[in-house]
Amino acid sequence: MQIWRAILAHPTGRIGAAIIGLYILLALLGAVGLTPHDPLQQFRIDRLKPPSGTYWMGTDLFGRDTASRLMVGIGQSFIIAFASVGLAALAGSIIGLLAGWWGGVADGVLMRIMDVLLSFPAILLALLIIAIVGPGTFTSVAAIAIVYTPIFARVVRGPTLSLKRREFVDAARTFGSSQRYILSHHLLLNLVAPLTVQVTLALAWALLTEAGLSFLGLGTQPPAPSLGLMMSEARNLMQQAPWLLAFPGLTIMLGILGFNLFGDALRDILDPRSQERSS
Amino acid sequence: MSRLLSVRDLRVGFGRRPEAAPVVKGVSFDLEAGETLAIVGESGSGKSVTALSVNRLVDFGGGRIVAGDMAFTRADGSVLDLRQARGRDLNRIRGREISMIFQEPMTSLNPVHTIGAQIEEAFRLSRGLRGAAAHKAALEALERVRIPDAETRLRYYPHQLSGGMRQRVMIAMALAGNPRLLIADEPTTALDVTVQAQIMALLAELKAQLGMAMIFITHDIGLVAGVADKVLVMQDGVAVEQGALDQVLDAPQHAYTQHLLRAVPHFSGGRAVRDDAPQAGARHAIVAVRDLSVRFPFGRSVFGRSAGAIHAVEGVGFDIVRGETLAIVGESGSGKSTTARAMLGLVDVHRGRIETSDAESRRPVQMVFQDPFASLNPRMTVDSILAEPAIAAGRKQDAELRERMLFLLGKVGLAEDALLRYPHQFSGGQRQRLCIARALMLNPDVVVLDEAVSALDVSVQAKVLDLLVDLQEEFGLAYLFISHDMAVVERIAHRVAVMYAGEIVEIGSARNVLGQPQHSYTKRLIAAVPGIELRRQHYALDSSAVPSLVRERGYEPPEARWRDLGNDHRVRLEDE
Repeated sequence: MQIWRAILAHPTGRIGAAIIGLYILLALLGAVGLTPHDPLQQFRIDRLKPPSGTYWMGTDLFGRDTASRLMVGIGQSFIIAFASVGLAALAGSIIGLLAGWWGGVADGVLMRIMDVLLSFPAILLALLIIAIVGPGTFTSVAAIAIVYTPIFARVVRGPTLSLKRREFVDAARTFGSSQRYILSHHLLLNLVAPLTVQVTLALAWALLTEAGLSFLGLGTQPPAPSLGLMMSEARNLMQQAPWLLAFPGLTIMLGILGFNLFGDALRDILDPRSQERSS
Repeated sequence: MSRLLSVRDLRVGFGRRPEAAPVVKGVSFDLEAGETLAIVGESGSGKSVTALSVNRLVDFGGGRIVAGDMAFTRADGSVLDLRQARGRDLNRIRGREISMIFQEPMTSLNPVHTIGAQIEEAFRLSRGLRGAAAHKAALEALERVRIPDAETRLRYYPHQLSGGMRQRVMIAMALAGNPRLLIADEPTTALDVTVQAQIMALLAELKAQLGMAMIFITHDIGLVAGVADKVLVMQDGVAVEQGALDQVLDAPQHAYTQHLLRAVPHFSGGRAVRDDAPQAGARHAIVAVRDLSVRFPFGRSVFGRSAGAIHAVEGVGFDIVRGETLAIVGESGSGKSTTARAMLGLVDVHRGRIETSDAESRRPVQMVFQDPFASLNPRMTVDSILAEPAIAAGRKQDAELRERMLFLLGKVGLAEDALLRYPHQFSGGQRQRLCIARALMLNPDVVVLDEAVSALDVSVQAKVLDLLVDLQEEFGLAYLFISHDMAVVERIAHRVAVMYAGEIVEIGSARNVLGQPQHSYTKRLIAAVPGIELRRQHYALDSSAVPSLVRERGYEPPEARWRDLGNDHRVRLEDE
């Protein structure tokens, strides 16, 4: 609760929180069907209509309502982003924690594997995975999760290396605390702050990667709406119907901005050094 | 004598509104040329901030001087108010007229440059010397601070030097510009007691030679006696008392000064030891350590063979009975902490046995660490911290456990509402009490206290020592008390073991070892203890080095030969 108060007091954190809140609200409304129109219904006589009172953001080539499709698309992108970042954070934390805790050969092997994964551009790696197992929502989640795992492994391993030498870990050993207890209570508990920041920032990137994949036709499959797919379909109509490209583009941009602002605010608040400065 | 510095009503604050809650609240003092002022106080008293204000380094730490003036007489006779001085003037003054040495000599030297380069840099900045001239000056500077073999040492990097050597290098750099005022901020706190004595001797000698004034900041009022002409006692940002050395030490006026002088542990050569030692007749050891050796191998090849090992602890043996305190004293690197860690299984034992008898609990040995800030997990509440040993022992978190936590919190003098708070909400002394309570959760027989009071202010230290004695009597605990502070050891130990270079060189009752030391090292250690009584005694320079503990593979030390002096006092025979 304290942390929410701090974020709302933070000048840009407030904006980030508002954007994310708005997106989640829109996605929820889209999910329960409270959209202005049916996102899949084709109003044949209203094709390529510019924004108006009826169609707030215009219609596409098939006469579908852009605003409705955006609301559902945000939900789709958010599900993929949250699921993939969640998986990546889980896998990366476990790998980073164990690599840092064990050290030696295990550390070397695990982190070199992470380095190899990290050396591929995210989109390229995702393309490779999709080429093997075929496109779809689940593949997108898996691909993005694998791409972001090394980042979490690195974020966790560094502090683990220093935390495991801290005296309270020695103290825990003197009581005979189990390895699992030490890892969960003494290490992971102290990693919550850096992980939270990293998760928020990774969400922004995951949103962009997901948009990129579906733009290439490798993520969400039509006719289901998705931000990247909508931009891809609008690409050839840029001259006649610029709103079809502008609205999904702005939606992606604003979403990433929201997560970044939120993440930066979290970093400011959770970083102990910045606390010293402000107190 | 002429007035060098005159500080009037100095107020310094931090943060966005520095005037709201100043850390230094109106301090005034005068300093004549060639005079030494000691500023004494506990942590948070504002003593360092006061001194840092004089050369305006406080600006870089986020501090602001909100009021007062500091008239500094420069070398050319002009008087400058340091509070109003501009950046360029300050840069000219720092290093040339006012120099500074810090507490931690490792962090104040740059690890990637040789010390020669760093001293030459100091000469270049302060006197514009370059090339051969700077090199020659650096060499002379090192010789002046009594570093043997100075020509070779110039090519060393900071990590190749011991703490005492590094502090000498810092002094050499600080003196490069022939300053007329040297600010020394706890320059010996991080050093061993014998090294401390040498640095103090050096400072006293240089001061006399160069006729410079000094502001000496310390928490140890016992240390002041040897160097200061005047003493300023600070508490909560206020100068509660100041005056000539003898006047302040012999006839303190302010209650706080009296309190400080009482609280500081005086070392009295074994005359103030505890007389509640368990009867020697019934010596039934509760823990017995036999022939303990700890070696840290290095240079391991691919086949797992090591080139050699650091023999950190070699052939150490002792036993402790119920209700007894055995103190291990020695300098850093003597192996006393490694012995403690070996007792808890935190380091691998190369050879030897640690036997505990009639152990009621599964973990009969528990430990309290030196740093109460590092040994408590900052993200856990006190009740999780106290519950941890019990959880590790497989106990359930039930009402009985809560009862025990509350009982121990009461025993160490903390309130019940402490359970729901986090470590950062407690002071250093309270945290150490928490650590003690945690160590007692499993009903141990032996508590290892590794420098457990060293990080605490003297008045807090005294209270924690009293608490330890009370707990010992109530629960019949045996303590293994690791310390470098002889005065503290005298207050708590029944028996004392002196460690030097990984081995015990002398062991016996506290009265005997501290009162009639037999081994030459024990004598040296005891002679180096600072104290108010040693005021008129001169520190002597001694540059004997600790022998290296690095041994070739397969090296076995010669059998130790002991002389038994009877009356529970044994000393190791020294090589002639």
